[in-house]
Amino acid sequence: MIDQKDIFATIDMIEQQHLDIRTVTMGVSLLDCCDEDPEKACAKIYDKICRYAGKLVPTCEEIEAEFGIPIVNKRISVTPVALVAGASDTDDYVPFAKALDRAAAECGVDFIGGYSALVQKGMTKADEKLIRSIPRALAETKIVCSSVNVGSTKAGINMDAVALMGKIIKETAAGTKDGFGCAKLVVFCNAVEDNPFMAGAFHGPGEAEKVINVGVSGPGVVHHALQAVKGASFDEVAETVKKTAFRITRMGQLVAMEASRRLDTPFGIVDLSLAPTPAKGDSVARILEEMGLEVCGTHGTTAALALLNDAVKKGGVMASSSVGGLSGAFIPVSEDEGMIAAAKSGVLDIDKLEAMTCVCSVGLDMIAVPGDTSAETVSAIIADEAAIGMVNSKTTAVRIIPVPGKEVGDMIELGGLLGSAPVMPVHKESSADFVKRGGRIPAPIQSLKN
Amino acid sequence: MNAVITVVGRDKVGIIARVSTLLYERNINILDLSQTIMQGNFTMVMLVDVSNSTCSFAETSDALTKLGHDMELTIRIQREEIFDAMHTI
Repeated sequence: MIDQKDIFATIDMIEQQHLDIRTVTMGVSLLDCCDEDPEKACAKIYDKICRYAGKLVPTCEEIEAEFGIPIVNKRISVTPVALVAGASDTDDYVPFAKALDRAAAECGVDFIGGYSALVQKGMTKADEKLIRSIPRALAETKIVCSSVNVGSTKAGINMDAVALMGKIIKETAAGTKDGFGCAKLVVFCNAVEDNPFMAGAFHGPGEAEKVINVGVSGPGVVHHALQAVKGASFDEVAETVKKTAFRITRMGQLVAMEASRRLDTPFGIVDLSLAPTPAKGDSVARILEEMGLEVCGTHGTTAALALLNDAVKKGGVMASSSVGGLSGAFIPVSEDEGMIAAAKSGVLDIDKLEAMTCVCSVGLDMIAVPGDTSAETVSAIIADEAAIGMVNSKTTAVRIIPVPGKEVGDMIELGGLLGSAPVMPVHKESSADFVKRGGRIPAPIQSLKN
Repeated sequence: MNAVITVVGRDKVGIIARVSTLLYERNINILDLSQTIMQGNFTMVMLVDVSNSTCSFAETSDALTKLGHDMELTIRIQREEIFDAMHTI
């Protein structure tokens, strides 16, 4: 029989250290739902999602009960809607968002992602219609998530789209209470097609008909493991994280294979992620502090995060037959108890967060800024973050909330996994003339190979 | 299909008897069993085969949870694969 200690170690991880499967996400292609008549297209979308994902939630619940591991979220990702809605003879794309919302509610999932456009090199008419509809779509739906890819290492950064997204984020904030809509909107550079995490999940055009992607969690488990190697060298810290990430990911792989088999849907990827929650003991910031930093955000934080991110990947990659998605440590401010505390204390600021995004998964995530932050400043923040992604050949993203009527030091409550966020200061100096230029920032040379 | 049953709590008369009776009534075979006192707590680990069980996994799980509640113990049943996956290469 398996060692008793190992059995109780697993149970402790689940019950004391918040180990869970953060999400099982079913990707569904909507490419065959195109129709000149928008009403017919919406009906096809609704029917197809319900047909494919109707059993997703009960199946996940069965797996949770049998394996004793919580699956916190069940989600659906779909083909970027701009690719589907483009075929329809309409200027109003909001009904497409509503069809997604209805289908997701019918399936009982937590979120549906894919109200998206990929505009890294240029915008089609459909892309622009979709982007301009985002504020209304997010205000009039409950669980639809939206994302826009504005740059890539191969294409450069579409600064026209960046400028537009600054305005769209401001409008979205204005149209929803406390700017909540912005929590469901991500602006990407180098977006991935198989991301299971929200708000940025979409089912890329290069993906299969349907697929199961799984995102694991486990900052609490890593933190607990590091408490046992207090004062040890970084070699030992890295080894400890690797071993822990291996265990966490193996569990993710097991659940992914089981869900794939039961739902008769191909297994896609496991996302090797350390996704925090606002609960105490489930924080990425606290892991960095465990490495010897007084407060997350002080000098040394970027190095600590670089080690953590790399060790998570090294440990996880051997544990799964197929790794993908965003894979790395997440640093969403509002969703991480330690990050919230560090931001509140003023030690962690946007500039430090930006530096941290150079070495970890994703980017400036779930950050509340004052309501009077201009659209141009939001665009400039997006441009900085996209540049980091473009030059470093990695995914970066911005999910920022310019909270109407709030000032630095105020707190906003987003609820549930989205947590709460202190409103953080941004630079006051204008970037308007920079953003106004438009055009494209050319793709960088990656190497002079000859 | 194998599953692991874990029982944790204060030692008292009849823990093994009542858990094994519940399993017997559902035609669940006990493959291995060990018990010890860990950090002052009674802990028991059972490996069982649920392939020929007369009721579903969920029903067995609920019945064990209820028994645990009645006896002021924590009783869980989980598929064996999760422990294998996490602790063996």
